[in-house]
Amino acid sequence: MDHHPHGFDEAKAIAHLRHYLPAQNALKDFVHHNTLHAFQHQHFDDALYEASVIFGYSTYLALDEFTALYRDGRIREDILERTLQEAFRDPGEVEIWKNRLLSGNFDRTISSRLGQLRNLWKEKYSLSMDKVVYPFLVRLLSGFLDQGIAVSLFPHTGTGFLDAVRKLDTESYTGVLKHSRARKLLHDSEVSLAPLLDILLGEESLYEQYLFDQQFSHSGWSGFVSVIEEDPSNLLIPRKISLKEVIFLEMLLEIDALDEKFGRHWEPLRHHVSAGLTPLFSAVPSSEIRTAQILWQKAFEWTYFNDVMLGIQQTQAQEQGSSARTPLFQTLMCIDDRTCSFRRHLHETEPACETFSTPGFFGVEFYFQPENAKFYTKSCPAPVNPAYLIRETGRTSFRQQDHTLSKNSHGLVKGWLTANTLGLSSAVRLLTGILKPELNPVMSYSFDHMDKNAALTIEYTGEKAHGLQVGFTVEEMTSRALNVLKSIGLTRNFAPIVYVIGHGGSSVNNTYYAGYECGACCGRPGSVNARVFAYFLNKAEVREALQKEGISIPETTLFVGALHDTTRDEIQYFDDVITEESHVQMHRKNRETLEKALQANARERSFRFASIDSSLPAPKIHEKVKKRSVSLFEPRPEWNHTAAALTIVGRYSLIGRLYLDKRAFVNSYDYRQDPEGHYLLHILKAAVPVSGGIALEYYFSRVDQQKLGAGTKLPHNVVGLFAVANGTEGDLRPGLPSQMIEIHDPLRMHFILEQKPRVVLDILQSDPKLYEWILNEWILLSVFDPENRAFWRFKGGEFYPFVPLERSLEKVSADPERRYFESPNPSVLLIETSYA
Amino acid sequence: MHNLIHLFFPVPVIAFLVVSLAGRKEEKFISTTALTAIGINLLLTLVIIGLWISQQAAPLNFRDVSLYQGEEYDFFLNFYFDHISAVYLLTGNIITFVIIYFSRIYMHRESGFKRFFYTVLFFYTGYIVTVLAGNFETLFIGWEILGISSFLLIAFYRKRYLPVKNALTVFAIYRIGDVGILMAMWMAHHLFHRNVPFITFFQEQEHLLAHPEETGFIGGMILLAALAKSAQLPFSGWLPRAMEGPTPSSAIFYGSLSVHIGAFLLLRTFPIWEHQTILRICIAVIGLLTALVTTLISRVQPTVKGQIAYSSAAQIGIIFMEIAAGLDIIALIHFTGNAFLRTYQLLVSPSMVTYFIREQFYNYVPAAEKSTLLRKLENRFYLLSLREWYLDRVIFNVVFRPLKKMRVLLGFLTLRNLLFILGPVYLAGAWLIYSQVALSENLRNLCSLGSVLLALLMAAKSYNERQSAPLAWVLILAAHFFIDLGVTFNDPLNVQETAIYLTGVVISAVSGYMCLSELRRMGEPVDLHVFHGAVNQHQVLAFIFLLSTLGMAGFPVTSTFLGEDLVLTHIDQGSPVLALLVSLTFIVSGISVIRIYARVFLGSVTKNYQKSIDLTL
Repeated sequence: MDHHPHGFDEAKAIAHLRHYLPAQNALKDFVHHNTLHAFQHQHFDDALYEASVIFGYSTYLALDEFTALYRDGRIREDILERTLQEAFRDPGEVEIWKNRLLSGNFDRTISSRLGQLRNLWKEKYSLSMDKVVYPFLVRLLSGFLDQGIAVSLFPHTGTGFLDAVRKLDTESYTGVLKHSRARKLLHDSEVSLAPLLDILLGEESLYEQYLFDQQFSHSGWSGFVSVIEEDPSNLLIPRKISLKEVIFLEMLLEIDALDEKFGRHWEPLRHHVSAGLTPLFSAVPSSEIRTAQILWQKAFEWTYFNDVMLGIQQTQAQEQGSSARTPLFQTLMCIDDRTCSFRRHLHETEPACETFSTPGFFGVEFYFQPENAKFYTKSCPAPVNPAYLIRETGRTSFRQQDHTLSKNSHGLVKGWLTANTLGLSSAVRLLTGILKPELNPVMSYSFDHMDKNAALTIEYTGEKAHGLQVGFTVEEMTSRALNVLKSIGLTRNFAPIVYVIGHGGSSVNNTYYAGYECGACCGRPGSVNARVFAYFLNKAEVREALQKEGISIPETTLFVGALHDTTRDEIQYFDDVITEESHVQMHRKNRETLEKALQANARERSFRFASIDSSLPAPKIHEKVKKRSVSLFEPRPEWNHTAAALTIVGRYSLIGRLYLDKRAFVNSYDYRQDPEGHYLLHILKAAVPVSGGIALEYYFSRVDQQKLGAGTKLPHNVVGLFAVANGTEGDLRPGLPSQMIEIHDPLRMHFILEQKPRVVLDILQSDPKLYEWILNEWILLSVFDPENRAFWRFKGGEFYPFVPLERSLEKVSADPERRYFESPNPSVLLIETSYA
Repeated sequence: MHNLIHLFFPVPVIAFLVVSLAGRKEEKFISTTALTAIGINLLLTLVIIGLWISQQAAPLNFRDVSLYQGEEYDFFLNFYFDHISAVYLLTGNIITFVIIYFSRIYMHRESGFKRFFYTVLFFYTGYIVTVLAGNFETLFIGWEILGISSFLLIAFYRKRYLPVKNALTVFAIYRIGDVGILMAMWMAHHLFHRNVPFITFFQEQEHLLAHPEETGFIGGMILLAALAKSAQLPFSGWLPRAMEGPTPSSAIFYGSLSVHIGAFLLLRTFPIWEHQTILRICIAVIGLLTALVTTLISRVQPTVKGQIAYSSAAQIGIIFMEIAAGLDIIALIHFTGNAFLRTYQLLVSPSMVTYFIREQFYNYVPAAEKSTLLRKLENRFYLLSLREWYLDRVIFNVVFRPLKKMRVLLGFLTLRNLLFILGPVYLAGAWLIYSQVALSENLRNLCSLGSVLLALLMAAKSYNERQSAPLAWVLILAAHFFIDLGVTFNDPLNVQETAIYLTGVVISAVSGYMCLSELRRMGEPVDLHVFHGAVNQHQVLAFIFLLSTLGMAGFPVTSTFLGEDLVLTHIDQGSPVLALLVSLTFIVSGISVIRIYARVFLGSVTKNYQKSIDLTL
């Protein structure tokens, strides 16, 4: 019998389905990505409306929210008018649409095309698959994938999911399936979907739509299975599983449930399908709602971007030539938006310093193995697969344990012992832990990632491990160092000490901890990378080789690795390299400067923390900020990428005198040293998916907490150590929780590049994947031409001149953060004291 | 000393009222009020326990006001304080204090911030009433408050389907436990021919010994209530499903306080069934079985909260064994340890990811090959445990399937038949009673059984109703009337008693019905096919309907609460079938009205291009 009737192509159908499922990594490897990546081949505007109609997502803010923003002045009238004028040539239409936006009511329910087929089980057969099949399927899945919560392990996990289920079915007293038909199919037949679909539906044209209905009824689980199938390294303890196996089993369970209720003979679903069935991917009719959403969104975005560009233009108009004086010290940090405000405070505290930024793995890709660790951890952007390993040796600090959490507490007798001993003492722990929170063993603490006093195997000595080269050769070191220095334009004028500062975050009771660390280091702190990069540049042979490339680093210059904990605003220095007295003294002084800047940064952040009074003295505030990272009851240890909306690729002076708030990723770049745009392309290839993805994940989690976000994290339950779900039988919840996005303004990432438009256009088109992001406007892109100080905006494959709408930006001379947060209508501020 | 005990109640009650009236955004005010109230009570607890110990720690008993007094019937409050109350009070106060302190910041910006705090205060009030109760009546008040607040906190995220569905499940099981208490009260009343405090039981052991069957019945009913509330077999399956609210509420309810109330009930009533050897063996055996089965289930749980829930149930099983063995001090220590341990584990449960991943990162060793025999045995049990030993199925088959099966029988109960057939039947019955026509004993019993059976059928129909919420609602009203009728055939209730019972029902029924018609008028769906989530748009209506629901279900918000107990006492000892039917009707009608509330008002959210929805869903 032919099990593959024409028309239904199983592999294609699964690939199609997989494309639309959420693609979120396990918690330990959490990285931000575009939630609607499946639609990225389409233009942003088309994609969002289609996603809404087909899958029932809400993809913009509600129209009421836009009008409220308009009333509050956060969408400005002149910008709205300009947006309308760009959209409609006819002035009459502009007027009509303006009225429609302000007074129109588009009170239409967001419905979805999913579930049309699957709901028929409930409607026509009075059988709720969500109640009968789903809970058991999820138990099998979570049991199989579990990484170490359960005490008894799923039997026979070695050979794959379906195989394990088959063995379980034969070995247990109670089988997985109840009736002979489904059991026979499980054990005898090959794993093929068409025969099962035939039993359930009996009509080939419905197969694919049914698969979507079925898998999207628990898209969190299906998406996770699909992620594991593609990248098994998401799990420390490997599990072989495929989406197809899950679908196969789910259909068997469905057939079994139907057999249980109706016996062997029941009509397949096709008899009940009405003629009015809308195919899932049939054309989406246009609608006024779509236009309204697009217009509002643009007006919202440009209200902010207009001021940023105006600010840049106004401050650059009076730009002075950069001084050739050697700075007191230099810092090299990550492009992460959380370092942006810290850089501003550094300049404010010590105008004679210089700051740079580059993705926080500092161009060095490797796996890291802490001492005694059984696994390696990737220390570079997630898509990169490094060929190197760095080991830690000679650790002096050791992990603490919390015996109250031991699995013994779940045993019968040991549980009894635990309850009567540790149980009673946990009363004290509860009280002290809550009244006086401090560093504790259950938290994720960035300084613990690598022991400051341990050594690293950075030099290659001929050793290989598991196909990885342990350490780097001089040539490998040089090429990496050269790339970074050239791309950021740090090629001369080196200060006596250059701090290479990675970043990480610390938090407790935070399942999203990996998202608070450095994204360029795959959700780990950047400490090892910073130390390794500093090591490269301190090495005499590397400096010699760099000299040949025209970069001469004075002998007196020292590179010092460090780690900035962005949650606690603390820096740990790997300063054992500083031995000379002169450097020791400089370092002491610099540390004071950095400490002051950290305090100022903590104070600025405190304006967004409801629990801290920002009028307190800075050191007090800093203490309170630190406390947040160790408090069990604090769901917002920091705001992470909230409010990120800009990526600046250029010299720091471009934004040096602007108070942008914390909204900018900044990648140092000197257009004068890169006339062909060679380094710019590298920068964009890395930065666009990263900061663009971050902005979009925040965007979609913000506009649809229910389906694209994770909901509030307060009721979350940890499943298998790899994901969170609601309750004990809910679906997995990919996306970001409300506590991360609630004060985020959903804007697309706007890239502002300091370069000539001609150069930029050439390089953009050279990389199709990168170009898709920009052409389809999943990010916005503008260029600031430094020579004539004019803006160019990218649209539809070309650059158009852009002149920001004139208005006077508020000028402040001191404490811009207070001014910003106390302003009823905050916007970009011009800082008058010149330290840029 | 006696008067000091009273001081426990006003503070949380006032705080509850203040918080209920506060603005939704006044987070600081709300949480500070709650924390202050619990803080005061915590101090008070310490002072009172200190005083009590200084007075030789002798048990205190004192009678309080009567809420209703009839000839043979006296519903009075009574309090009792001994080492058991002391331990439960102290543990409860510390944990509640910790939870409120924790939630002050944890709950920041939740749309249900205020709702959370007043529900926890409500729960706390119920808890102290329960642990200080000195008679069944007082205990029942607290017990019911615990039940409602449990429902409200499980369904805290009331616009999502699963929390609401699970809250309904838990409520239904609690309801079974409630009937245990009602029946125990009924029998206790007949045993002493009056309402008695616990201390009477403790003192009149000879009387109990002289009536072993009655005492055994009381013990059995107490056990039923304790099993349901403390998630013992066969009810254990509800505990993990209750973990739907914010983590601190799961910690206080299902990790620590609420779930140990069953054990409290057993400790408190121990002298009543102390000499019932068979019952004690039963308790120990069920405790042991629960401990074994839930440990096995806990071992396969791949979610943190599921694992903690089952491990906690297992320890409570052991606590039951300790109580059955008469080791009350050991049981109390065990309770305290288990409560704090599970609270702590739940509160840090999100940290398990970092903690265990790190542990694994450094310590992972692939699972060792076990001997094939042992592994085979373990594998055999694996699937059974993963299926939670079919506990759900057992409850469903025993309790809910028969109810659902009745749907076929109940087609005749339409609104029209209700009016035109059952209306006259009721009137005829009422006439028979009040016209004092002499009826033979048999006929009276028959009429009595018939009416109550009709009432049960109506409640069942209401529970099964899918088309119309108003019909389901009216059916419950009718059921209450037929119960009144049936019981009056058995032993006439006087007009005043009938009024106490029915006024609450009627008021609740009318206000609830008005809510439903108002919804219908506004074009909202009032069928019961799916969850409609009307609370999205109609919060006030939802609140009024919730109160009406509680009134209809006989919760301590209207006089019906007294009435239900009153009605039961009128059923004489010789009619256990009648008592059972009435109790069943109470269970089913309670479940049914909450189901109406949940289906019409909760459990779904509709998105709209124009309006925004809550971020904290």
